[in-house]
Amino acid sequence: MASVTPHDRLLDEITGPTPGQMLRKRIFGHQGLLIGLVVLILLTLVAIFAPLLAPHDPYAQSLMNRMVPPVFMGGTWEHPLGTDHLGRDYLSRLIYGARVSLLIGAVAALISGVIGTAMGVAAGYFGGKVDAVVTFLINVRLAMPVVLVALAVVAILGGSLEVVIVVLGLLLWDRFAVVMRASTMQVRRREYVAAAQVIGASTPRILLSEIMPNIANNLIVVVTLEMAHAILLEAALSFLGLGVQPPTPSWGLMVSEGKNMMLFEPWLVLIPGAVLFVLVLAINLMGDGLRDVTAPENRS
Amino acid sequence: MLQFILKRLGLAVLVAFTVSFISFSLLFLSGDPAAALAGETASGEDIEAIRRLYGFDRPMLVQYGDWLMSALRGDFGESYYFKLPVASLIGDRLGVTMLLGVCGISFALLTAVPLGVVAAIRPNSIIDRIALFLSVAGQAMPSFWFGLILIVVFAIQLGWLPPSGAATWKHFIMPTIVLGYYAMPAIMRLTRAGMLDVLSSDYIRTARAKGANETRVLFRHALRNAIIPVVSLAAVQMGFMLGGSIVVESIFALHGAGYLAWESIARNDLPTVQALILIFSMFYIVFTFLADVLNAWLDPRMRSS
Repeated sequence: MASVTPHDRLLDEITGPTPGQMLRKRIFGHQGLLIGLVVLILLTLVAIFAPLLAPHDPYAQSLMNRMVPPVFMGGTWEHPLGTDHLGRDYLSRLIYGARVSLLIGAVAALISGVIGTAMGVAAGYFGGKVDAVVTFLINVRLAMPVVLVALAVVAILGGSLEVVIVVLGLLLWDRFAVVMRASTMQVRRREYVAAAQVIGASTPRILLSEIMPNIANNLIVVVTLEMAHAILLEAALSFLGLGVQPPTPSWGLMVSEGKNMMLFEPWLVLIPGAVLFVLVLAINLMGDGLRDVTAPENRS
Repeated sequence: MLQFILKRLGLAVLVAFTVSFISFSLLFLSGDPAAALAGETASGEDIEAIRRLYGFDRPMLVQYGDWLMSALRGDFGESYYFKLPVASLIGDRLGVTMLLGVCGISFALLTAVPLGVVAAIRPNSIIDRIALFLSVAGQAMPSFWFGLILIVVFAIQLGWLPPSGAATWKHFIMPTIVLGYYAMPAIMRLTRAGMLDVLSSDYIRTARAKGANETRVLFRHALRNAIIPVVSLAAVQMGFMLGGSIVVESIFALHGAGYLAWESIARNDLPTVQALILIFSMFYIVFTFLADVLNAWLDPRMRSS
């Protein structure tokens, strides 16, 4: 295997790389995708193993140790990123905060993905009245100011993690519907769909085994974008005090709690915001990368 | 053209009515609005009295019809908290938000369009890469965090700008940047893509071949065509921005409609919240309608779809 025989090289020239090999080459040749993927995997591991990684209990208050500065600003390794106004270890809260952000991002994207994909595929495949209704619903949804509606509904129902997830999931389906509708319309006209129709395949079967696999790459891209969107929205809602409620360690909430002490202790605001930025950047880089890699002909 | 406009207008009106129904229904999400309004300590009789006073004992559709008819006349009821007509409350605050919206979209266009054009003229150059980086980073930046950083740097450390309020034009600089950068990435990407597309077209080659100088080719021929979709995107973004002003106004304590929305939501002042959701939606509906008409006027191919 170590040396390439002339015979192998000849074979390579004749057959060329397989689609799988080409895809692998594109993935490993795409810096943004790799960086985004690595950062996202790392943060996911941090979220999963939070109890093992966090040096302290994220909820444990200590009035003796309030506002300890981070280690790079004269603090000690006891609290590497210092403590907040209630003496809670900032690093531990940050680590547990990854759970909140990723959970909200993933579940909200899942809910909105199911709703939006169902609507978009139905509109794109059936056309006509179904399409008109779905397009109308998309228009209505786009006209509603997301932040305002989400804030109002969460405030009325009470801010808990579950409520925030469900509200965001029910609000963010618009891009799924728009993209899936357009992709389905393209795929619907292909010969293999016509072939499946001719041999008498049922509509659910055509949708699941002919349409879905061929729009899955676009779906994954939208999933990443909406995940990032949901994470940013949760942070904004919590920052405004009407999302996830204290003492839950949400990054948006941490920025909000640190805001009043921003003058003297800017790290309280800088650190959670920076982590939020890195997470969303990683997800967006991955999404952009996936779009480039899975559809090289559509590169912008 | 007229047929296109009428069709779009009909759709816009239908969307507006649906949105009005949804924003009205919010009131009933809490279960019993009368109990919520009366507070936790109220007795059953108090709640009953409030229910009759506000008309919550009538069927929901009747209440909606009532609310809608008043809303169409510009009467959105009375604020639970301020005990003032919601319409005048919002009217007082809307000016700040609209000014902020206009400043924000202008800032976004003035920075994103030149960047997009330069990026398209020199693909893969340093400027193209910087523009790409800005657009990727811009999309990931939490706006409330960006705003706080600006306050720390420009208001607290450097002392150049006031941290909050709306008294002078200086108070609008940071909010404008925070609101505007949000729309920048999309506008820049569209400008760049449009310019790249146009620059490789036949009529640009013809213009170059007949010896027109490059500046003239870029601005008279290319940009004029590439900018069409950008204009309509800007109109749509403007609609989004007004809805997004709630975060920016709360950071900088700008007492506009977004700030009012935040206060009203926190205070359970539902008539004000309903009216604000409806008004922000109307802005979006009007802007997208204007964008569609503008598009159809500039590009006849749009009219058929």
